[in-house]
Amino acid sequence: MIKIYLSIAVLLFSFIGTTQESTAMKKIKRGAFVPLYGSDSLGVYVPDFMLDVYPVTNQQYLDFVKKRAKWKKSKVLRLFANESYLRKWENDTILGPEMNKNSAITNVSWYAAKDYCACQGKRLPSMDEWEYAAMASEKEPNAQTDSVFNSRIIESYELPKTYKNKVGKKFKNYYGIYDMHGLVWEWTSDFNSVLISGESRQDVDTEKNIFCGSASINASNLMDYAAFMRYAFRGSIKANYNIQTLGFRCAKSIKK
Amino acid sequence: MKNNRFNVTSKAFAVLGLVTLMACAQETADTKTAMVSVDPATIEVQGEMKAELTSPPMVPASVGNRAAKKLIVDMEILEQEGTMTDGVKYVYWTFGGSVPGSFIRTRVGDEVEFTLKNHPDNKLPHNIDLHAVTGAGGGAASSFVAPGHEVTFSFKTLNPGLYVYHCATAPVGMHIANGMYGLILVEPEGGLPVVDREYYVMQGDFYTKGENGDPGLQPFDMQKAVDEDADYVVFNGKVGALTGDNALQAKVGETVRLYVGNGGPNLVSSFHVIGEIFDKVNVEGGDMVNENVQTTLIPAGGAAMVEFKVDVPGTFIIVDHCIFRAFNKGALGMLKVEGEENKRLYSGKQVEGIYNPEGGKIVTTDDAPEAAVATSKTERIELGKQIYSQTCFACHQGEGQGIAGAFPPLAKSDYLNTDVDRAIGIILHGKTGEITVNGEKYNSVMTAQTLTDEEAANVLTYIYNSWDNNGTEVTPTDIMRVKSSH
Repeated sequence: MIKIYLSIAVLLFSFIGTTQESTAMKKIKRGAFVPLYGSDSLGVYVPDFMLDVYPVTNQQYLDFVKKRAKWKKSKVLRLFANESYLRKWENDTILGPEMNKNSAITNVSWYAAKDYCACQGKRLPSMDEWEYAAMASEKEPNAQTDSVFNSRIIESYELPKTYKNKVGKKFKNYYGIYDMHGLVWEWTSDFNSVLISGESRQDVDTEKNIFCGSASINASNLMDYAAFMRYAFRGSIKANYNIQTLGFRCAKSIKK
Repeated sequence: MKNNRFNVTSKAFAVLGLVTLMACAQETADTKTAMVSVDPATIEVQGEMKAELTSPPMVPASVGNRAAKKLIVDMEILEQEGTMTDGVKYVYWTFGGSVPGSFIRTRVGDEVEFTLKNHPDNKLPHNIDLHAVTGAGGGAASSFVAPGHEVTFSFKTLNPGLYVYHCATAPVGMHIANGMYGLILVEPEGGLPVVDREYYVMQGDFYTKGENGDPGLQPFDMQKAVDEDADYVVFNGKVGALTGDNALQAKVGETVRLYVGNGGPNLVSSFHVIGEIFDKVNVEGGDMVNENVQTTLIPAGGAAMVEFKVDVPGTFIIVDHCIFRAFNKGALGMLKVEGEENKRLYSGKQVEGIYNPEGGKIVTTDDAPEAAVATSKTERIELGKQIYSQTCFACHQGEGQGIAGAFPPLAKSDYLNTDVDRAIGIILHGKTGEITVNGEKYNSVMTAQTLTDEEAANVLTYIYNSWDNNGTEVTPTDIMRVKSSH
């Protein structure tokens, strides 16, 4: 009996010890929803897909760059990641002194995130997929009208320095996914597909409903305010940017 | 108070014809008189300089007679926790680390090269819309910047005046509500007339999840912001930014100019200084000057320059004359004027009695939140301090020193220390009529305070254990005893 326990323990240890253990995934059940930028109230249909339970952590990313030399801090091409890439790391293989290995990896570019997921046999979630999964509260898949949930999200967006927190410590949503809100922003595969001029108020003309001036926003629509902040953020970044408060997680299509 | 400025002005205009248009080339005192009829767009810049940026309530040095220059403005955006009032924290989003943001001072014709830096630890993208910019979005589109990045854009200042700048990133209302606004001054050629003191004051309204005074880190409340139901209306970003030790200062005989802005996001300010009349107001921050103004309206996203000579000493209270905002939500500042009394102008016996604070609490019949109950003397003092700053501070002042001739001191007060029950009675029932405190006579009115027994006990204990008083602890039982003895 003891032997079995031991071997289980060894197994567990080897799992933890193994470099680059892939994050567990959960299935997000298909459905339709109206995203913030949905023009003319057209819904978007999201087929079944798998999504990482946690954002990718510092440790996981460290293991990744040890194997993929082109993503080492000293080797990376500026075209794919600007000067801020892994800005707080000591060097190519050592995390910075204040970084926790179980916190979400940040200061990584879209190119790096995309390649990381590809190496796992996964991909980045699309913006629609991400937004769809992020609507879920603890109890329901679509909490768009839950005002308590929504003000909680806005509050969490405002708290400074949440990138320092560890993954998986806040609530688990309906699908079993952690940290969609309140830890770090996350890259999506098509983050820049919503055109934003940078002049938020003007965008009312071009992309109806996206930005603040829009009269469509009323008090019952708090979900949109949190979404505003995400879309505004996405609109301000480029694929080679590396930002202290921006990480990612991976997704996977389900083969029919 | 007014000087005989009309004559001076008309003389200046007479000279004007003689000196016309030699202004650009020469940096002489005459430039001031020759400011008309130059198209600002054609003013050539001479050299470059780094702009001095100041935190409120200070302003940078006047442009004086300097030529138009390329002006380098370097501004950093910081999202940081600050203090709204005693015991209440708030996460402010700031231009330059203060609310309102750094004051920018330019002159007509300057070419401003503006670099906006978004600190890497910030969570959100930001931008800046300067109302002094002629161009779509006021610079907003060109200045949209992600955390950990910086952008640079340039503009030429064409119109003299005092202008608001603010963040215009979605959701715009939230960025402004968290403190992202400030003032940029464009002086005419030769600068504004020189005055003795200049200060920077900006009003803003804040919306917190808890009610006014609820302790702890208070998150922004979007619903209240949409409903325009402000919990705090303050000058310079927090309650007490311009009171007590932070009060603005001046000396009798000096002329004071206030650059007053209103960041909003929602409320229009009825800006007033109790006991003063504005000799001059640049209405809405523009060229039009109104004289002898009591209260000037400052729209959200607007500004005004107000100027007055201070003739008598004393503490002048700066308020939004939507008066509940002043006494219940924080829109109260002070200008302390030192110098010789002038009994001819002000007898000193009258009292600013009209706007007596009527207590900081709104009385509700039910659903009142559980109030904190002190379990020790230390806690009692701590809780009492908060009540003091909400309820007693305006008259009795930060150090309990009172206001000479109007409101008696609580610090080292013989009147207070001789009789605890009398002090309790005054809190419960108010006090009218002449009393003598530390040898000075006071004849003024204090209204009855709407405090619970617990709150009254706490605030009295705080007072008795501050400023060299005798250290008495007053308990709710004492309050009840005094209540029933009447």
